[in-house]
Amino acid sequence: MNAALALIRRDLRLSFRLGTDTLMVLAFFSVTVVLFPFGIGPEPGVLARIAGGILFVTALLATLLSLDRMFLSDFDDGSLDILLTSPASPMAIVFAKVVVHWLTTGLPLTILAPFVAVTLNLPSAGQQPLILALLLVTPTLSLVGAVGAALVLGARKGGFLLSLLVLPLYIPILIFGVAVVETAVTGIAVGPALVALIGLLLIAIVLCPWATATALKVALE
Amino acid sequence: MIFSDLDFNVTSGELLILTGPNGSGKTSLLRLMAGIGFPHTGTISWNGHSISHEPQNHSERIRYIGHQDAVKPILTVNENLSFWHQYWKIDGLKRTIEETLEVFDLTELADVPGRLLSAGQRKKVSLARLRIGSAPIWLLDEPTSSLDEMSTKTLFDVVEDHVAGNGLVVIATHQTLPLRGNSEVDLGTLVSDAGTVLL
Repeated sequence: MNAALALIRRDLRLSFRLGTDTLMVLAFFSVTVVLFPFGIGPEPGVLARIAGGILFVTALLATLLSLDRMFLSDFDDGSLDILLTSPASPMAIVFAKVVVHWLTTGLPLTILAPFVAVTLNLPSAGQQPLILALLLVTPTLSLVGAVGAALVLGARKGGFLLSLLVLPLYIPILIFGVAVVETAVTGIAVGPALVALIGLLLIAIVLCPWATATALKVALE
Repeated sequence: MIFSDLDFNVTSGELLILTGPNGSGKTSLLRLMAGIGFPHTGTISWNGHSISHEPQNHSERIRYIGHQDAVKPILTVNENLSFWHQYWKIDGLKRTIEETLEVFDLTELADVPGRLLSAGQRKKVSLARLRIGSAPIWLLDEPTSSLDEMSTKTLFDVVEDHVAGNGLVVIATHQTLPLRGNSEVDLGTLVSDAGTVLL
């Protein structure tokens, strides 16, 4: 546990000192969302109808953008060898990496989303469900993404391979995330979609750290 | 296949030197001994127990210094070493980080970020990890590369100290070291099948 906390502290420090990772993700997210009203036209009804979909797809792509760095710098400079040959369990290391990834991308995206949603004319009834859904969706994206990031370590054109691997797995998360916002806007109960998102998050918490740890060991061999 | 028919013992208080030309599998063997990956056939054991059966326990025993220095460019020398200190949660530390920095002549660089260090200085920061905690097995891959004469001597003093204190050191190198190992394994002369490594 101490090892995981030490790793979280170090990676957060690295991320704050470098600063560009989080900024790049947030800039990509807001600029891309803002492009839609220009492309589709300022018709408020149309924008409100598709706002949920645009926000989730963009959040998903923004997350994807930052995934390949999750293990890459530690792999490149040899730290990963030492991290994994330590008394700490490999799963604890993966968990620490996922927590840092979420704190530096998922959480800032969730905080920024309601503000960006204004440009898409998202009805106020959808604002709170949007935050709630993103709070459940973004950690799941980080967990599933970690598996992909570990699998493509050492591969040439890893970023491209990563999108092919991870995007299909993101589809169920996307469907239920959008469903939460859409049902809230149309006045239907958001419960079932939220429960599905919680279910996906729990499955990811159980399976992804184990799969990622296994993929990392294979990458180092 | 990189190597086969390999069978040797190393005991506490011994220094083993792995030699062989480039590509003969020195690094691969050292990584296997560190528990990074597993041999296709054969076993690596510690006190009669295969290390693949108890990876966590084995990890506590080893310090592996590979080709790459694992020094973060954004963190200072002190922060780099403090991280490993916290990560390995070493309690009741016998040697403080300050002492370790002094041994490797890094005291003046304590607050310098990794990106400003020369290759030799980064190597020294990497080697300073050896003195964090008290792991008995040191596995060193070409430890003298990019080190100057003075630092090489410091390293050998530290290695000899460790061996004298009943530690076990394995050094992989293609150079001739001014250090006498208790035993030497030349990977350049090996052929045929599966073997055992006993630590």
